[in-house]
Amino acid sequence: MYHWDFYTVLQSFDLFLVGIWTTFLYTIGSIAIGGVIGLLVAFARLSRFAVLRILARSYQEIFRCTPLLMQILWAYYALPLLLGFTISNTAAGLLMLSLYVGSFYAEIFRGGINAIDKGQTEASLAVGMSAFQTMRYIVLPQAVKKMMPAFINQSVIQVKNTSLLYAISIAELTYMTSVVNSETYRPLEAYTLAGIMYFVLLFPLTQFADMYERRMRRSD
Amino acid sequence: MNKSLQPVMSVRGLNKHFGTLHALKDINIDVMPGEVLGIIGPSGSGKSTLIRCLNRMETPSDGIVRFQDREVGNGFKSKGGNVGTGELRRQVGMVFQHFNLFPHLTVLQNVAIGPIKVLKQQRAEAEAFARTQLDQVGLSDKYDAYPSQLSGGQKQRVAIARALAMKPEMILLDEVTSALDPELVGEVLQVIRKLAADGMTMVLVTHEMAFAADVASRVVFMEAGRIAEVGTPEEILRSPKTERLKSFLARFHA
Repeated sequence: MYHWDFYTVLQSFDLFLVGIWTTFLYTIGSIAIGGVIGLLVAFARLSRFAVLRILARSYQEIFRCTPLLMQILWAYYALPLLLGFTISNTAAGLLMLSLYVGSFYAEIFRGGINAIDKGQTEASLAVGMSAFQTMRYIVLPQAVKKMMPAFINQSVIQVKNTSLLYAISIAELTYMTSVVNSETYRPLEAYTLAGIMYFVLLFPLTQFADMYERRMRRSD
Repeated sequence: MNKSLQPVMSVRGLNKHFGTLHALKDINIDVMPGEVLGIIGPSGSGKSTLIRCLNRMETPSDGIVRFQDREVGNGFKSKGGNVGTGELRRQVGMVFQHFNLFPHLTVLQNVAIGPIKVLKQQRAEAEAFARTQLDQVGLSDKYDAYPSQLSGGQKQRVAIARALAMKPEMILLDEVTSALDPELVGEVLQVIRKLAADGMTMVLVTHEMAFAADVASRVVFMEAGRIAEVGTPEEILRSPKTERLKSFLARFHA
């Protein structure tokens, strides 16, 4: 029978905290940058200019149809060969996480905007509002509500995806867990504890998304 | 009609194509100040397309629309002698078949948002005027309700108040009673009748023949993208000249 010993692992709790903090920073950073990218790309996809639509679509498909781990490795190990200078693991990691989530956000935003009845746009234009005002005051406020559950869902995936930064030695939670493991030789406790930490961070978020969706359905 | 009066809107040689469909064919019509122009005709005859060309919801394929003697252009901003769509729509209100109220705004906000965002009025001023417009259409007790809490007839009256809040020169009404339960049609027609009595210039597409006869000063009968007949309600509805109009009207008398 295995003898559980969390005490040894918990003595390295500060290492877990570093990991959680780093995971948090990369999550927030990539969600913020990815959110801006997603919005721009969504508008590009809805643009009347074919060139913009094609460029946006190409970006999305490249990032949606290749694994994030490979993208991260490519940015860190391969991209410098093209650029002629090295880039930090921080830059490579943040860049790829943002571009990856941005491609999915763009699809969520585009879907949310498209889901708003065309009559809303017409009524807004009919009182003399510009296309920008119509988007800002009429379409987006309604679209945001509709896209919120999918947005939260994608963001939950994003928190978990930061664990792939392990591959380029960024000190996020999974990486720091491996550090704890190598110091304590307690893989079962270390990885179980890390799993629990991810769960505790994310479970409230998924619950919030569900609650939001239920409340939305009622208010419709 | 007084000949010295200038039309609020005039349409010359208007054509509209949707792909291979020739939806409007060489339309010429004037809308005079204070006039209520009723447009009737079978489904697919181009009534809605025509009214939507008047505030540039649809861009004509060919021909000219003039608003207060200035040609309507395609851009949002007015340029040179042309009226832009922004200025045009500020002054030409529209009410839709499916109301198209903004569901995330209260009734009062629905009515005030145009004056605030487009006419750049102060919120307090815009909301005060919005209240008077809602009072006009009999919705004094619904300022803070959301559209989802209203009946169809109430929604459509809010939509009319929303158009009126812009103090428009004229209003376009596109089958505004078609989506309503029969028992709710009356309250909306009553509001429109009052607007007509107040001298509001209106173009209305309608399926309500009796209403067209009652409120319109002139009726246009459209058929297959053309204006087939124009006349007073009396002439159009009581003594139709064309066979098509006769058979169209026969369906309503049956």
